[in-house]
Amino acid sequence: MTETSNDNSTVLSVTGLSVDFPLQRGVVHAVRNVSFDLKRGRTLALVGESGSGKSVSARSLIQLVESPGRIVAGEVRLLTGDTPVEITRLGPKSPLIRAIRGRRIGLIFQEPMSALSPLHTIGDQIDEAIQLHLHVEKAEARKRTIELMRQVEIPAPEQIVDRYSFEYSGGMRQRVCIAMALACDPEILIADEPTTALDVTTQAEILDLIKRLQQQLGMAVLLITHDMGIVAEVAEEVAVMCQGEIVESGNVDNIFHAPQHPYTQRLLGATLKLEQASELRLDTATGSGSKLILSVRNLCKHFEQGGGWFRKKTPVVKAVEDVSFDLHRGENLGIVGESGSGKTTVGRMIMRILEPTSGAVRYTGDDGAGDSDVLKLTKSELKRYHAAVRLVFQDPFASLNPRMTVKQIVGDPLMINKISRGRPLQERVAELLEMVGLSADMMDRYPHAFAGGQRQRVGIARALALEPRVIIADEATSALDVSVRSQILDLLLDLQKRLDLSFIFIAHDISVVRYFCDRVLVMRQGRVVEVGDAETICTAPAEPYTQALISAVPNPDPRNKRMLHRTRFNSVLAGKASAAPIN
Amino acid sequence: MLTYVLKRVLFMIPTLIAVSIVAFVLIQLPPGDFVTTLAAQMSQMGDTIDPTTLAMLREQYGLNEPVWKQYFIWISNILLHGDFGRSFDWGVPVSELIWDRLGLTLVLSMTALIFTWVVALPIGIYSAVKKYSVGDYVASFMAFIGLAIPNFLLALILMYLSYRFLGISIDGLFSREYADAPWSWGKALDLGQHLIVPVIVLGTSGTAALVRIMRANLLDELYKPYVTTARAKGLSEWRLIFRYPVRSAMNPFVSTIGWTLPELVSGATVTAIVLNLPTTGPLLLRSLIAQDVYLAGAMILMLSVLTIIGTLISDLLLAWLDPRVRYQ
Repeated sequence: MTETSNDNSTVLSVTGLSVDFPLQRGVVHAVRNVSFDLKRGRTLALVGESGSGKSVSARSLIQLVESPGRIVAGEVRLLTGDTPVEITRLGPKSPLIRAIRGRRIGLIFQEPMSALSPLHTIGDQIDEAIQLHLHVEKAEARKRTIELMRQVEIPAPEQIVDRYSFEYSGGMRQRVCIAMALACDPEILIADEPTTALDVTTQAEILDLIKRLQQQLGMAVLLITHDMGIVAEVAEEVAVMCQGEIVESGNVDNIFHAPQHPYTQRLLGATLKLEQASELRLDTATGSGSKLILSVRNLCKHFEQGGGWFRKKTPVVKAVEDVSFDLHRGENLGIVGESGSGKTTVGRMIMRILEPTSGAVRYTGDDGAGDSDVLKLTKSELKRYHAAVRLVFQDPFASLNPRMTVKQIVGDPLMINKISRGRPLQERVAELLEMVGLSADMMDRYPHAFAGGQRQRVGIARALALEPRVIIADEATSALDVSVRSQILDLLLDLQKRLDLSFIFIAHDISVVRYFCDRVLVMRQGRVVEVGDAETICTAPAEPYTQALISAVPNPDPRNKRMLHRTRFNSVLAGKASAAPIN
Repeated sequence: MLTYVLKRVLFMIPTLIAVSIVAFVLIQLPPGDFVTTLAAQMSQMGDTIDPTTLAMLREQYGLNEPVWKQYFIWISNILLHGDFGRSFDWGVPVSELIWDRLGLTLVLSMTALIFTWVVALPIGIYSAVKKYSVGDYVASFMAFIGLAIPNFLLALILMYLSYRFLGISIDGLFSREYADAPWSWGKALDLGQHLIVPVIVLGTSGTAALVRIMRANLLDELYKPYVTTARAKGLSEWRLIFRYPVRSAMNPFVSTIGWTLPELVSGATVTAIVLNLPTTGPLLLRSLIAQDVYLAGAMILMLSVLTIIGTLISDLLLAWLDPRVRYQ
């Protein structure tokens, strides 16, 4: 698959790099004795979980470590050009390092949404990079900008060059960032989680693009990611980072097929585990023949835009259109789709956080809420319904009030519903915490004392407090590291078995859905594209859209790259000429 | 952009009408009318007025008409003839009283505003960029002192100091010899000299507040990813700070322009009284105490109109500065 030039000489060499963050409670060694080489036309993937120091390492290469961090040891030698440059010797604000940033080393960030200034046009921001280093006239720079935008496959660049970043979609913005990083033909491109914030199909396109540009321009790419699937798809070399150190590095095939270090093995294990259905789930597989608990019929949500004294009402946006499905007792139903597909809106309408425009939701539990037409519930009846159907949120950091202790957070639903207080409340909270794998003596701590996965456990404990029958988990594991992710999923499956729960699992991540769900509903632009058995949807989907979606998911096996050979829905649908496939 | 401006201007019209009605209602609230007040004044001075003259005056001012018609007369006099009615207290037409003072107030407030911005913005930017440096601590300390000192106290202190050490009396805006003289270079220079202390007094608390606001705004922006993007491009530190985060941090400032215009009229009254400045603040206060309804009404109307115009200006500026506003 690699057709890179034969000249794979080393362009950047990092030896013994260490970065310290002197904080009030002591020095944090964020990066310890890290060494690696970047080679022309090759991609090195730096993988690791959050906090492993991979981003800090990458930013040290151009002296962009956030204060108070600083490089305390090691060398970063830029070997291209006439004389090698020792980057760590240059001051972080010196003109010498500025001549390297953007000129010889380009950088792409994770957040295309916020990486561009909303107050300057896209064209101006790219022009700036060109003018800064190539010292050309404005008109000349603009010509190059348009050429760059065309190179990163932004359609009709002349027409949209003077638009602002908020008028671009996430994928387009990331293309703009790439164009900006490539403005002066750098020898090295650093991509820091370039696709983490994007949908799978957009991710595949962006990774394709980087790969293609790399081959055209012969750049060395340093790819920072936490996703082993992406590593397998695009990298030639891999360095695995854990707690600031590179624990293992080598050829991608060796890392995936003969990992030596236990951490690499664990990371791969967690990734591969999510490639198939959970064993826990297969044990308890409940046929769809069991009792119905929630049924959704012809649910619609239309948003009206604009309107006002002087503005014409624009046509409605059909966020959700004619969605119907059933949830059986003990079943896990996955709802997958890209951003904007309406999957979250469906979840909110079932909870009646949003009022549907039309349709019906029927809940038939055997508890207090009984058999009810959800959309007609009064306020007090809704309260009972909300005890039976609960939400678990995506962001374990934002969904817990930082000023409440864990006891208050978990006990809150019990207090509000006047179920218990005082000593019994405390006992119940302790019981719930133990149920989600936390220790009861943690209940007096505040959320900031917990890591992401533990916080999500607190969120789950809160959802369980009222003994619900159905849990709607909206991207409940998206913000978590892959190893933590499978732990949380296992916890949910275990709880399901013990407490007889049913799940609606909203996710954009196909592997999570495959691991966790019995049936899957695929949504696109507010409509249901396909419903079916999870295994069937993930291996042999019938609809072209689902096929495109599934084939865009990176496969964590470098010998069997899936993403780069994916089917493209747009080309299937519109018959448009797709971008030339690699290889 | 043009439709946006047009829309904003169109939106102003109903607001202006509503505001003028409220101002008129305020004038009408005290019992009696202008003529009864006039008669009362006359009788106090021992004069009596012939009832037919009173009736004629009522007829002339339209006081026998229904309220809505009176409003119509009042507002059309203002709009068509610039006639705001007569001040009972001063015995002259309201318009004669306010225009002169409004001009001086405008000069004083604008100078204070410019002073505030020129001093506060660089200090605020420095404070944010060099967070927790010695300079930042000094600036923050001074800012808190500036915020904490009441304006009138500062005015008294500065008056004392300038008289004691410089021998300059900073009472009013003009020296005696220029007070009633026609405009000349000498008079303008004299005004400039007299402006220094009031501008410092009026500007201090504003400057202090602005330093804090700018620091906080900029700190929010400085660590955003787009700043790092600019840095990764190879831009020099100060250039990128001015080009990206400072520009974003300006937005809240522009929004506050809307409040400064009405403050021209009503603001800094205490300072103006202490420093004996011939501005509109003391005039408004006196008119309210004396129930000088037409004068008070005119000034309230003026205040409201200035608020609306100020809001319009800041909205337009904001739209010009921030494309996100413009494109909504």
